[in-house]
Amino acid sequence: MFAYVVRRILATIPVMAIVALFVFSLLYIAPGDPAAVIAGDQATPDDVERIRQSLGLDRPFLVRFGEWVFRILSGDLGVSIFTNLPVSLMIKQRIEPTLSLMVITLILAVTVAVPMGVVAAWKVGTWVDRAVMGFAVLGFSVPVFVVGYLLAYFFALELDWLPVQGYTPFSQGFRPWFENLILPAIALGTVYIALIARITRATMLEVLQQDYIRTARAKGAGQRSILFLHALKNAAVPIVTVIGIGIALLIGGAVVTESVFAIPGLGRLTVDAILRRDYPVIQGVVLLFSFVYVLVNLMIDLLYTLFDPRIRY
Amino acid sequence: MDRRTFLKAGAGMAAVGATGGVSAPALSQGAAARTLRFVPQANLANFDPIWGTQYVVRNAAVLVWDTLYGFDENLQPRRQMVEGEEVSQDGKTWTFKLREGLRFHDGEPVRSRDVVASLTRWMPRDPMGQLLRALNEELVAVDDRTFRWRLKAPFTKMQMALGKNATPMAFIMPERIARTDPFTQINEYVGSGPFRFMRDEWVPGAKAVFQKFDQYVPRNEPASWLAGGKRALIERVEWAVMPDPATASAALQNGEVDWWENPITDLIPVLRRNRNIAVDIADPLGNLGSFRMNHLHPPFNNVKVRQAVMTALSQEDYMRALVGDDAALWKTLGGFFTPNTPLYTEEGGEMMKAANLERGKQLLRESGYNNEPVICIVAQDQPITKAFGDVTADLLKRLGMNVDFVATDWGTVGQRRAMKNPPNQGGWSMFHTWHAGADAINPVIYNAVRANGDGAWFGWPNVPAVEAEVPNWLAATNLEQERAAIGRLNRAAVENVVYCPTGFFLGYQAWRRNVSGIVKGPIPFPWGVSKS
Repeated sequence: MFAYVVRRILATIPVMAIVALFVFSLLYIAPGDPAAVIAGDQATPDDVERIRQSLGLDRPFLVRFGEWVFRILSGDLGVSIFTNLPVSLMIKQRIEPTLSLMVITLILAVTVAVPMGVVAAWKVGTWVDRAVMGFAVLGFSVPVFVVGYLLAYFFALELDWLPVQGYTPFSQGFRPWFENLILPAIALGTVYIALIARITRATMLEVLQQDYIRTARAKGAGQRSILFLHALKNAAVPIVTVIGIGIALLIGGAVVTESVFAIPGLGRLTVDAILRRDYPVIQGVVLLFSFVYVLVNLMIDLLYTLFDPRIRY
Repeated sequence: MDRRTFLKAGAGMAAVGATGGVSAPALSQGAAARTLRFVPQANLANFDPIWGTQYVVRNAAVLVWDTLYGFDENLQPRRQMVEGEEVSQDGKTWTFKLREGLRFHDGEPVRSRDVVASLTRWMPRDPMGQLLRALNEELVAVDDRTFRWRLKAPFTKMQMALGKNATPMAFIMPERIARTDPFTQINEYVGSGPFRFMRDEWVPGAKAVFQKFDQYVPRNEPASWLAGGKRALIERVEWAVMPDPATASAALQNGEVDWWENPITDLIPVLRRNRNIAVDIADPLGNLGSFRMNHLHPPFNNVKVRQAVMTALSQEDYMRALVGDDAALWKTLGGFFTPNTPLYTEEGGEMMKAANLERGKQLLRESGYNNEPVICIVAQDQPITKAFGDVTADLLKRLGMNVDFVATDWGTVGQRRAMKNPPNQGGWSMFHTWHAGADAINPVIYNAVRANGDGAWFGWPNVPAVEAEVPNWLAATNLEQERAAIGRLNRAAVENVVYCPTGFFLGYQAWRRNVSGIVKGPIPFPWGVSKS
């Protein structure tokens, strides 16, 4: 097991190297010019060129790539072209809101979606099943920002129960922190709940047809015990896989959710950086997201052993 | 850890989370009244108003750095940090004296050498500064409060140059900061203005905080835009960046913010229905819509083609596409300068208001236009350029031109418009933008109207008759002479279609009614603003 973990961690190095090369190349060939954005709309072409030179954007691809790789290897993500702040500091400023949002969304989604899927499988073909599947289709179909606006309208503007926007750090208290995250987490979680509920239902339906479930019933096991101890445990591997894959969905959704609820997270940092062509920030954030995704995949593989003792590495 | 322990631990953590915990103390009413929460027009992504000349940077910078002179609401420069000035009889030597008691935010006094360094850094980045730089003989500190500027020739617009609100403004910074190359960003923000920039609380893209500077000495006169006594009546200004207008609108209605700089027109009816919110015009100087044509390459290197387009276009179409039916928000233009300002003229501007498609078609036929493609680059991420681009594409098609509509983003437009290649080799034929009315009040700070070929703004128009009037305006000693020069300039700019104005438009601002002292102006001025 330990050897496997070490092997997998080492395997992330070439993956990250390919991601780094890909990201750098893509930004290099993509149109757009940060110097023009910095200079402002009234700047002359000469001003723009001077700024481009001062930022080193006029140097050849290989020189810039080499310097960037050297910095990355020494643990330095560089400095933002626009803010003049270290990229690592900008990520540090923004990571807590995004992490908080993703954790709350994950907890919300798993605690709601898994029971929904189980109940839908149990009551297959009934109105309960149809209601759950109807919700799942709706959850998939309605864009995150629409859900966000509706939630903000009803729960913040009309009922005045929760704030419309913003983020309060956890260090300033659990309650304000949580209040700021409830609506965004529901908005972001809707599609995630739909995904997990559907896969849970489908997997549970398959497991409930197995011989050992019939045997458990024959032995007089209760319904709850059959569903949650026997069936769900055996359905867990695909569900956990989808939850893991869904992290990418959360990262993408966080970009929109953070904009709708004005949360100063990594999603907004990424969008802002892309619009301005702040290359060091884009590169830093994409590398971070890639690393998180690789890490999540590793964790999922390890979680398989917890849910299914037959799996050994 | 086995899987049962793991699952129990997870459930336990969730339970701890659900039971709640410590809460932050709520802000007292007094503290809330001392903090003004403001939603700016854009993200404050950098904070060097000389290096980066975006309006949002300028708007934040006026809180932190003071200027020698400041424009008042009549567009007249008035003394600000300067106590007085003397001009030699030949008009070539200016001697300035600083007010007593001026201090930087680090407690150090503002000295003449700081001013000299600040102006030296500002000059290469500013059009009026560049004129001064060309005339510069010697700029020196005489003593701590006096500095002298010797020029090669008289420069009557000195106070205007040092006090204008067009970006980049001549902000005064400590010498050690101002010694930074003007094309390199500063990383220390020690100001001379009424508010301190709280660097530790700055989260670019989300938040910027400004704290009242207790040692700032305001002038005794009432405040008027950038002039007069800049009295901070609130302790703290918090900028909350909200990229989504619907969110900003909801936050204002919910009382989570106090003042929103630029609500979009679509949301104004919603805000007006809320009795706790006031809505008014933000900047009386407004904005001038524009599309620029590339004068270097076909088809727009042919003045007849440019005239055909200008004759055919209806500014009303552009304005309705942008701001809708609220007629109070826009007007058509017969000139290139900002309406209701001293230099606005419609001399020779009949073609701009023609809106005559048939005449445009006739001119196009006469021009010999040979169906060359028009590469129209349109930034889709800017509501203004997107609306303008759609109208232009339709216009050119109706005119009978071969339009290649390139939908892209502002960052790409910014890069591509700088390329002088032919349109079919990565260049362009036209792009859309807009100009702040505050920048279009004289021909030196208004790059877009200049027509000095390679030195001109993107599109590179070359019209000597336009350029000939710029020195005439500079040399003018009274408004009548200035207006005469600008009248001739306007006529030449229209005849040669330096660019196509698409109309003058205004925007709104909105604030909670418990906030008072907000004025209309080109910058959201926080001095004189209080909150109950």
